[in-house]
Amino acid sequence: MSEVDGSAPEPAAVPGVATVHGTGVRREALYFALRNRKLVGGLAVVVAFLLAAIVGPWFVTEDPLTYVGPPAAGPSGSYWLGTTTFGQDVWAQFLYGLRATFFVGSVAALIAGVIGMVVGFTAGYRGGLVDEVLNMITNVVLVLPVLAVLMIIAAYLEVRSIEVQAVIIGLFSWPWVARAVRAQTLSLRSREFVDLARLSGLPVRRIIFREIAPNMASYLFMVFILLFGGSVLFAATLDFIGLGPTDGISLGLMLNHAKQWSAMNLGLWWWFIPPGLGITVIVGSLYIMNVGLDEVFNPKLREM
Amino acid sequence: MGRYFSRKLLIYALTFVVAVTINWLIPRFMPGDPVSAMVARAGLQSPEGVAAMREYYTGLFGFDVPVWQQYLNFWGGLLSGDLGVSLWAFPQPVTSIIMAAVPYTLGLLIPAILLSWWAGNKFGAYAARKKVLDNTVLPIWYVLTATPYMWLAILLAWALGKVAGLFPVGRSFSASLRPDWSWLFISDLISHWFLPFLSLFLVAFGGWAIGMRNLIIYELEADYSHYLGSLGAPSRLVRRYAFRNALLPQVTGLALQLGVIVGGAVVTEIVFDYRGLGYLVLEAIKASDFFLLQGIFLFIVIGVLVANFIIDIVYVLVDPRTRAGMGGGA
Amino acid sequence: MLKVEDLRVYYRSLRGDVQALDGVSFSLADKEIMGLVGESGCGKSTLGKSLIRLDGRMRHVGGSAELDGETLPIADDARMNEFRFRKVSVIPQYAMSALNPTRRIGRMVRELVESRGIRFPTVRAELDRRLALVGLDQDVLERFPIELSGGMKQRMVMVISTLLNPSLLIADEVTSALDVSTQKAVATALAGFRDHDLVRSMIVITHDVSLVYQIADTIMVMYAGKLAEKAATDVIVSRPKHPYTQLLISALPEVGVRYDGKRLVGIPGSPPSLRPAPTGCRFRDRCPLAFDKCAEQPPFVEVEPGHSVACWKAS
Repeated sequence: MSEVDGSAPEPAAVPGVATVHGTGVRREALYFALRNRKLVGGLAVVVAFLLAAIVGPWFVTEDPLTYVGPPAAGPSGSYWLGTTTFGQDVWAQFLYGLRATFFVGSVAALIAGVIGMVVGFTAGYRGGLVDEVLNMITNVVLVLPVLAVLMIIAAYLEVRSIEVQAVIIGLFSWPWVARAVRAQTLSLRSREFVDLARLSGLPVRRIIFREIAPNMASYLFMVFILLFGGSVLFAATLDFIGLGPTDGISLGLMLNHAKQWSAMNLGLWWWFIPPGLGITVIVGSLYIMNVGLDEVFNPKLREM
Repeated sequence: MGRYFSRKLLIYALTFVVAVTINWLIPRFMPGDPVSAMVARAGLQSPEGVAAMREYYTGLFGFDVPVWQQYLNFWGGLLSGDLGVSLWAFPQPVTSIIMAAVPYTLGLLIPAILLSWWAGNKFGAYAARKKVLDNTVLPIWYVLTATPYMWLAILLAWALGKVAGLFPVGRSFSASLRPDWSWLFISDLISHWFLPFLSLFLVAFGGWAIGMRNLIIYELEADYSHYLGSLGAPSRLVRRYAFRNALLPQVTGLALQLGVIVGGAVVTEIVFDYRGLGYLVLEAIKASDFFLLQGIFLFIVIGVLVANFIIDIVYVLVDPRTRAGMGGGA
Repeated sequence: MLKVEDLRVYYRSLRGDVQALDGVSFSLADKEIMGLVGESGCGKSTLGKSLIRLDGRMRHVGGSAELDGETLPIADDARMNEFRFRKVSVIPQYAMSALNPTRRIGRMVRELVESRGIRFPTVRAELDRRLALVGLDQDVLERFPIELSGGMKQRMVMVISTLLNPSLLIADEVTSALDVSTQKAVATALAGFRDHDLVRSMIVITHDVSLVYQIADTIMVMYAGKLAEKAATDVIVSRPKHPYTQLLISALPEVGVRYDGKRLVGIPGSPPSLRPAPTGCRFRDRCPLAFDKCAEQPPFVEVEPGHSVACWKAS
């Protein structure tokens, strides 16, 4: 028994695999996808927020941090979500904050996803010493408490942009992906179609990208969603403890400001409810979407 | 068994080395003269503070010795328990400030982790059994896990603390009291403890419940469940086996979630001004007290590593296969 | 004594029902070991499962099964429980993973037996005797499944499944996961159970005719959800009447003789889709003897004592 998780099913990982072969299966997946309430509903909410994040900022002030209105005013026709103690427009901050949230989430998830896949594929496919070393690195980064590491790095950066934040979150969120991908690769590696490719002399890279990756595509998509949600939460946490971007605004920074200027004590609920609610609804919808995807790709979970 | 634990210990030792190295390395990436930059950023008023900081950093970086020696010196200081002097609470040593805060954080974390794990598993298994319950309660759990810890904390503090006035918000106990074993103090302590605990508990609970629900469904589709069903075993027995087997990955999951929950405790404490490590983090960041921040970082790493090792031991105790496999090398 | 009458079990699927088992009638005498053979997807596993436990996607559409004069409540999962294990039992395809990995085997057996309202001490002696019968040491009961080899797990499952002397035992592809030498041992052990009177009758489901040839009294061939032919083993092997059986038998190197490098002749074509099933004889498209009459479904009739065939050319 070298690895505990070898014998126990990885929580979401194992049921999520779908071997997609041929257009029939793909069409069937689409059929289920369009009829899956969780998937369609979650997707609709996420897309709505995404549109608000992309388009919204054009319709409000250019700088969401400027003092535009009366201080500490409740929601009204001119300030939909009220204003802060300094008279900043909360609605404008919210829209800009959404933009930052989607940006950090996607960039960090992309970085972590790519690192995780490369490490996982390589370890699982090559095996031997390469696997041994990569596995060790993965395990080390896995037990490091990510938030504490991010905290120490962010604290030393004098100027923090949201790009840098996304990168450092991505750099430390990949280990579980690598582990899951490695396990999947190990099981797929032994299937005959991979053997066939190997016998016909295809290079490793081709085998991984042409034969193994497509079979894991559905799974990787779900991994991306989970990474996105996790990164958004990490970013919000960093922002909240005062290690967010040094300029600009994000949902986490809004919470940070609200806490710092005692919005809670002053009863300015319109200041601290929207940013948290925004994060919760986006990440929650993504998770529910993931359940839907799991049902689509994994017939066992479909409701009859 | 020995091989299993020595492998785990090797990983933890390596992790610790990596953490310490990060701690040593990062100040070195600062552009320009790190000592002056840091002293300037700290913006200390007292000249003793400036002098202490300058002296510490010069000693820490030890520019007159080779890099490897600097690194070894850093380890030397660390192993003798010297994490430097706090600038925020000058001139107290970092170690003693942290030690005073740790009990509060553990007092929040340990009950929140254990109770949410226990309750989440119970409820998750229960929901997997009832279709109607499953459909109504599952979305709520997903929303709970998606909630940022600090936001739920803010909501609870606002709704139950400020608006309803049920619980005090702010500090670990009332400023007017001194710690003692009186009933007054203990009840005050508990009433300050409850909301931060509840907020940590709720977010973590959702995750465990979802995990258990999914695992149970997976286990009920496992071959051994079908076999028992074919032999007419009542579903009570099948579910008992499934629950027990589904708990095992949840134990592993506990280890994976530790870092996230610790992060949750940090922000929750900040919301409630609860005087644990999270509060220190905020103060250290505000005062640019890097010694304190680095000290907290190392403490969190050590805590997480110890907890991981405890979980490893528990896993071997609860999963007979690890013990059985030890002999045969399965 | 098992009597199956016009049994129909369909699979639910998106684009309508799959008629996996479409009007199957046969009987099984006491002491009979019947081999049930056919290509994968022919409905043989569905037949086996319907007699003990329908899985979630199966639906009992019609027909009945009667065991020792009692009707099996096939569609009623709860009432069927009373029959399982005691009257009907199964050795599943997945015997390698049929045992709970986190329980000691002995404890699992105890909990299973007691959950059926039988006190464990009353069967304990019998359990030990049967372990010895299949060549397992008593101390396997103290071990976890992970500590047993594949063959040992297989035999353990055989012992558990037959512990209450069922009237009917269904062995579903029991040997497909084993190597050749173990296959033979398992097959012999199965026959041994019948010879020791531990099991009254047995259905051995397999795609491997040469395996059942060694132990079966009769062989029943299925094709595309219907019965093709049933007869005594040597009759099926030496004088099959259904063209499908003939092709199946001729595809074997030589029954009872080891395969020695001669190329197997597959049957060209593939079975028809059963969603929904075509009218007429289902083997028509692949049959070398097909003629006009085959547009009509041939009945499964007895052409000589103990030999039934569903083919217009056979009668």
